[in-house]
Amino acid sequence: MSDEQPLAELLQQQGITRRGFLKFCSGLATMMALPASMAPLIANALESAMRPSVIWLSFQECTGCTESLTRSHSPTIENLIFNIISLDYHHTLQAASGSAAEDARKQAMQDHYGKYLLVVDGSIPTKEDGVYSTIAGVSNLEMLKETAKGAAAIVSVGTCAAFGGLPYADPNPTGAVPVSALIKDKPIVNVSGCPPIPVVITGVLAHFLTFGKLPELDSSGRPLAFFGESIHDRCYRRPFYDQGKFAKSFDDEGARKGWCLYELGCKGPTTHNACATEKWNQGTSFPIQSGHPCLGCSEPDFWDAGSFYEAVTASPSDISGYVAPALIAGAAAGIGLGLANRIKKVRAEKQHEKVTNDDL
Amino acid sequence: MTTMELLAWVKGPGLAIAIILMLFGVVVRLLEMLMLGRKRNLSEAREPNSSKYGWRTVITRSLPDLSSGQKLPIVFISGYIFHLGLFFIVFFFVPHIQVVRDLTGLSWPGFSHGLVDGITLITMITMVFILWHRVWDNVRRYLSRFSDYFVWTITFLPILTGYLLYHRLVLPYNEMMVVHIVTVELMLISLPLTKLMHTFTFVFSRWYTGEAAGRKGVKI
Repeated sequence: MSDEQPLAELLQQQGITRRGFLKFCSGLATMMALPASMAPLIANALESAMRPSVIWLSFQECTGCTESLTRSHSPTIENLIFNIISLDYHHTLQAASGSAAEDARKQAMQDHYGKYLLVVDGSIPTKEDGVYSTIAGVSNLEMLKETAKGAAAIVSVGTCAAFGGLPYADPNPTGAVPVSALIKDKPIVNVSGCPPIPVVITGVLAHFLTFGKLPELDSSGRPLAFFGESIHDRCYRRPFYDQGKFAKSFDDEGARKGWCLYELGCKGPTTHNACATEKWNQGTSFPIQSGHPCLGCSEPDFWDAGSFYEAVTASPSDISGYVAPALIAGAAAGIGLGLANRIKKVRAEKQHEKVTNDDL
Repeated sequence: MTTMELLAWVKGPGLAIAIILMLFGVVVRLLEMLMLGRKRNLSEAREPNSSKYGWRTVITRSLPDLSSGQKLPIVFISGYIFHLGLFFIVFFFVPHIQVVRDLTGLSWPGFSHGLVDGITLITMITMVFILWHRVWDNVRRYLSRFSDYFVWTITFLPILTGYLLYHRLVLPYNEMMVVHIVTVELMLISLPLTKLMHTFTFVFSRWYTGEAAGRKGVKI
């Protein structure tokens, strides 16, 4: 595949019809909450776009994000678009290894300086100068700083890169931080999730190719089009929540009837992601549909936000040990004040002088 | 501090501190008041079993007294609506029952959310009317102090923020949840310090009034 070949030709070579391509563009426009009239614009932009150079850095991560993005779908247009970007460096997927791999990264940085997209998955350990994770003898910390310099924009894929994720969880032994904590001078988009939904990354890439900038972001730096609504708001079990019908355990009548999983700890109300609409495995299902509460994996600090199996309103503090002492202390203070009032009363009575006839 | 950290704090240690302060304050004030005692009544009781009038009054004072010539029945009707509404919202909204279950192990069936939503809207409208009436009516305005408006605000805010939270208005869900829980905690802490204390003292004061009247032979 040549860098000078536009996307449209590449798609044709891969057997994607124009009709299929346009359908994909309208789908993208709909998903990103753009007006339908934007679909031809997206198609034009994508057709004429040159393959963007992408450098993908995998840091302190589990490769789940790469698995999700490259292998969970059977080949679809989204997937082909993903294949067709010029993925110049990705140490899990690239054929080169050792110094050849590192050379490829440096070459891509040099050739496309200021233009390449930097995709990061995994958090970056910062303790002890970042020795906890290195690639080719270079710490993740150093590699990120070096590669980010020439990037047009950065896409933090997965909750680890976006918010620190599991490595960032208390007590965070490696001093892990998200990309946004280290890089301040580049546009960053957070595609969070553990792992994130594949179509969301494609959507972000398509947006970048169409408009030449990153999509509109929410307060956590996530693309609003996909993270604008909570799982709860778009959940097909929501009517049961509104009716007050809840599964109380994983095998009761409510669970079998598909009632709301709120009481089993579903974090849908506090979680923003597109699972309930885009779903997984080509729209087959998502966790709530398969009977498990949402863990809230696309939210910052989801790992430390209390038990996965306690309702979102449940208090993580156990106050049972404090109630009796509070009542006893209250009783002691109350009796003390009461006695003080009594003493005051007795004193006042003693000081009371009776009025005699002579006084009058 | 991220919103999630803040949320974890307000619904965890924050809520625990508020509940403990509330319990402590309520016990202090109840005992102090009860220990003030009553002056011995030297007169002979016309009704020896006067305490039953006390208990009866605790109940009957919750019923409307249509004979008292209230000019504006809407005022006491709105009082009922607001108190019952608040009761239903606090104790029959499923997420609230979850909090109680989590803290005490007790739980009971809740209302459907649509019903609670309607009750909330009616309760808020009624409370705004009550406030308007307090300001509009010369006598009530004259009798009102800062604490009256403070108590109204501290009661209204949790309902309002809960409504906004449920409908995803003004702030993102997590941030509004923090605001909602903080307003509830403010109300809990204010409870023993303000006239919200009537949540507990109404039983004692009504019993006292009923018993005193019953002893004198008043038919109640």
